[in-house]
Parts: sequence; C-alpha cells; structure tokens
Amino acid sequence: MAYIPLVLVAVVIAWFVAAYNKLVRFRNQIRNAWHQIDVQLKRRYDLIPNLVEVVKDYMAYEQETLTKVIEARGAALSAKGPAAQAKAEGLLTETLKSLFAVVEKYPELKANRNVASLQEELTGTENKISFARQFYNDSVMTYNNAIQSIPTNFIANFFNFAQEAYFETEPESRAVPKASLR
Amino acid sequence: MIGGIAPACPKCGGVNRPGADICYLCREPLGGHPGPGNRPPAPPPGANAFVGGSPPPAPPPGANAFVGGSPPPVEARPALRPIPMLLFTEAAQHNVRMSVLLFVLLFAVFFLLGTAIGGAYGDPRTGLGLSFVLYAILGATAYFSGSSIVLSIHGAREAGGEDHRQLRNVVEEMAIAAGVPPPKVYVIPGEGMNAFAAGRRPEEACVAVTTGLLDRLNREELQGVIAHELAHVKSRDTLYNVCAAVLVGAVALLSDMFLRGTLWGRRGRSSGEGSGGRGNAAFFVLALLLAVLAPLAAKILQMSISRQREYHADAAAAGFTRNPLGLASALAKITAGGAQVPGENRGTQHLFIVNPLRVFDADSSALMSTHPPTGERIQRLRAMGGLAAGA
Repeated sequence: MAYIPLVLVAVVIAWFVAAYNKLVRFRNQIRNAWHQIDVQLKRRYDLIPNLVEVVKDYMAYEQETLTKVIEARGAALSAKGPAAQAKAEGLLTETLKSLFAVVEKYPELKANRNVASLQEELTGTENKISFARQFYNDSVMTYNNAIQSIPTNFIANFFNFAQEAYFETEPESRAVPKASLR
Repeated sequence: MIGGIAPACPKCGGVNRPGADICYLCREPLGGHPGPGNRPPAPPPGANAFVGGSPPPAPPPGANAFVGGSPPPVEARPALRPIPMLLFTEAAQHNVRMSVLLFVLLFAVFFLLGTAIGGAYGDPRTGLGLSFVLYAILGATAYFSGSSIVLSIHGAREAGGEDHRQLRNVVEEMAIAAGVPPPKVYVIPGEGMNAFAAGRRPEEACVAVTTGLLDRLNREELQGVIAHELAHVKSRDTLYNVCAAVLVGAVALLSDMFLRGTLWGRRGRSSGEGSGGRGNAAFFVLALLLAVLAPLAAKILQMSISRQREYHADAAAAGFTRNPLGLASALAKITAGGAQVPGENRGTQHLFIVNPLRVFDADSSALMSTHPPTGERIQRLRAMGGLAAGA
C-alpha cells in the first residue's frame, strides 16, 4: 500500500515526459516543414534561368514576358522579410503562369523535349511549394491544437511553447481568378 | 453502379458519373454515353500538367483544388480538413501491434501444425523442430525482405530516366504533402492499371505503379493514387500487409506440403512400419484438420485486414491532395480499364489500390473481398468533393 503514492508520482512523471516530448516533436516538425518550403523555392530559382535559356530563341516577339519572369525572380531572391518575400513569390508564380500560356502558343516549343521536361520540372516544383506550405500549415494546426488544449496547455505555458503563425497567402490571390478559356 | 459506362470526357479524359451532362473536371459537355467498350483517350504524359495555361498546384489549406480555375457548380461544399497527425500515429502503432500479434498467432499455428504433421509421420518432435526452423526462416524473410519479394513477384523495375520524370515528381510532391520521406519509385510493365506500396517503415518504403496506369491517368488522378499509397505508408499498413502476404503464403505452403504428401501415399507406408499406429492416426486426423482449416483462417485474416484501411487511405489521400475528385476519377478509370497486374495472385491481392483479381464483381460480393466495393469508395470521395452521392 505504501507504494501507491510512488506509483502515482511515477505515472504523472511519465505522462509529463511524454507530453513534453510530443510538443518538442511537433515544434521541430514545423521548423523542418518551413525549411522544406525554402528548399523548393531555391529549386525554382535554379530552374527558371534554364527554362528562359531554352525558350528565348523561339520567343523573339515575347521578350516582355521573359523579362518579367527574370525580374520577378530577381525581386523574389532579393526580397527581405517574410511579407515582402511572400508577395514577390506570388508575383513570380503569376509571371511563370503567363510564360507557360505563351509556350502553349508555339507548337515547336511545345514539341521541344527540353521545354517539356523543364515545364514538368517547374510544375512539380510549384506543386511541391504548395504542398510544403500545406504541410507546414497542417503541422502548425496540430501543434497549436496541442498547446491550447487541456492538459498539455499547462506544460506549454510552463515551458513557453509559443503559438506558431500560419502561412498566409497575400490578399490579392484570394480574389477569384478570371477564367478565360478560349 | 460504376460499370463500364462511366462517360469519359472527350477533352480532358476525366471519367464522370454515369448520366452526367458536363465533365466535372473541365466543364466540357459530354454529349451522350459512349459505349461500354469505349475507353477514355490516353492523355500523353505531361499533357495535363498545365491545363489552359494555368498551373494546377495544390491550393492553400482549406481551399479545394479544381483545374482550369472554374469552380464546381455546387455552392455549399464542406471544406476538407487535414487528417490529424495523431490519427496516423495511432494507426501506425495499431499496425505495429497487429504485426506482432500476427507473428505470435502464426507461431501457434506452426507449433500445432508442426507437431501434428510430425506426429502423423510418427515423430512429433522432429516435426516441431522442422516447423520452427521453417517459421524462423519465413518470418525473417517476411520481415527483412518482404517488400523486395513482392516487388520481384510482380516484375517491378526502378523508375528512372526521362519517361518517368512526372511519376517521380508526383511521388515527391505527395511525400511532401504527407510529411514522409520520399519513397523509392518502381514501375510494373503491364497493360492493367494498378498500384501498391510496401515497406516496413516510411523511411524504407517503396511505391510501384503499372505502366498502364501511367499511360491512362492524368496528373491529378496520378496524384490521388500516389497519395492513397503514401497514406498506407504513413499509417504503416504496408508493414502489416507485407508480413501478412508472406506469412499467409507460408501457412498455405506448409499445409499444401502435408496434403500433397498424404495424397502421394507416403503416410501409409510410414504408419505400416511404425509401432505406435494408433497415436499416429490421432495425429493424422489432427494434422488433416489443421491443414485444411489453417489456410482458411489465414485467408479470413487477410480479408479482414484491409477494407476499413482502404477507406481510411482514401480519406487521407483526399486530405493530402485537397482534391478527392482526382482519386475518384482514377478509381473509376481503373474499374473501367481493368486492374490486372502481371504476377497477380491470392497472396498479394490485398496490397493493391484496387484488387487485381476481382474488379468486376466488386459491387456484388463485399463479404469475401479484401477491398470495399470500388463504387462505394468513389461515391464517398465524390461526397467529400461536394458532388452528390448516388443519383
């Protein structure tokens, strides 16, 4: 009978350790997810010059589109701070879309194996960026749920586990895009 | 309900609900029902990467993906919520426990079967010893090289080169969405459309798809299929499935060996020479009974494995892609196009996204199937995407 308090204490300590470790694991996952986004953004910066190099000879009359892509890439690379960077990234995505729309107009470009493969690579990278952000936000949600709900919120308060911020898209991209098919 | 008459969209190849007027993917008018033999046109790989000049990357969380920027004709659509991470952790722990239980259960079966068969031949202890050796070898094989065995049964080759770039990209995308390390990618040469995943842990997982699937699915549908497989990887269904595949095969092998040996009449000779004829007879009846019952029990176990897990993996795939209609369309195409796989057999049927052995009667006999009826799976996915179920 004398062991009962000891056992109780041991159970509480075990729960405490497990809950603390869970919070640490969630927090590290968020950081890892954030770096994953950076990795994919970096890959996109690296791919764009290759694509521009391949398509520029064909697109004598579309220099403006190409210039915009290159400028947007430069702006995104040099953007300081998360908000400015998010805005620049959004602009880069837009210019890439218009570049691909232009590629659609040139049959010999579409038939080019290099262009097709670069286009697939960039599509994949765009998707990876989106999925990485999605996973980041899902991780933030799981973590924030954990540090706000009873009983883990006591541990979170005691050890200063702060809430993490969601990745927000810039307001203009929330507007419904005008679909102009044909 | 999803027979061979799912109308295929002439523009994008998306497979729609029978009776639909416009394509749910690109809003193209469908114009009548194509005949049952009419296969959806195979879009060239990469053709759907950028429909209408606007890329279809995954939308921000909470939104739902639709190609071409055209919203679906439904106002109140339930927002897809991410599958909580804890759910996967719990599913994974459950699968590890079940795998251990499987090994324990199998140990008991081998113990009984080995003793009984040995006894039938006049020496229970040798039978027991031999069956232990067999158990150890098979168990180790199942655990350490289960996935490579399954891959080689179906003739899977590692996906490399320019041809499979899109597949590798899609797998990497979905691995990011699922938060698992990117698995190895394999391709099974074959006309049928199917896919499976294997691997003890997410870190050493692999995903295999048939070339028929690659040829006929567009990028969105491929994403859905891969997301489904990665959901199996993340919840460690793959561990349990591969162990079950090899071990169910082992029980079948052991009882087969005994039953064939009996048919050839070797037992008659040994009982004639042995002195303890009556004991042998009792053992013989026991062995016969076990040899008949054990594979049956193993089969029931295998069937019970996966039906609920398939629904869960479908739901998780919808959570990863935020686009349940991609997977729904892929499942419809697979049902219409045939899911056969080279090297298909009863031991590995439960691994695949659609059972390669019984696609066509999928709706009629749910009781003896490893998978839920494909029509039911498609309806649930469509309901998630806001399309009315049924009708």
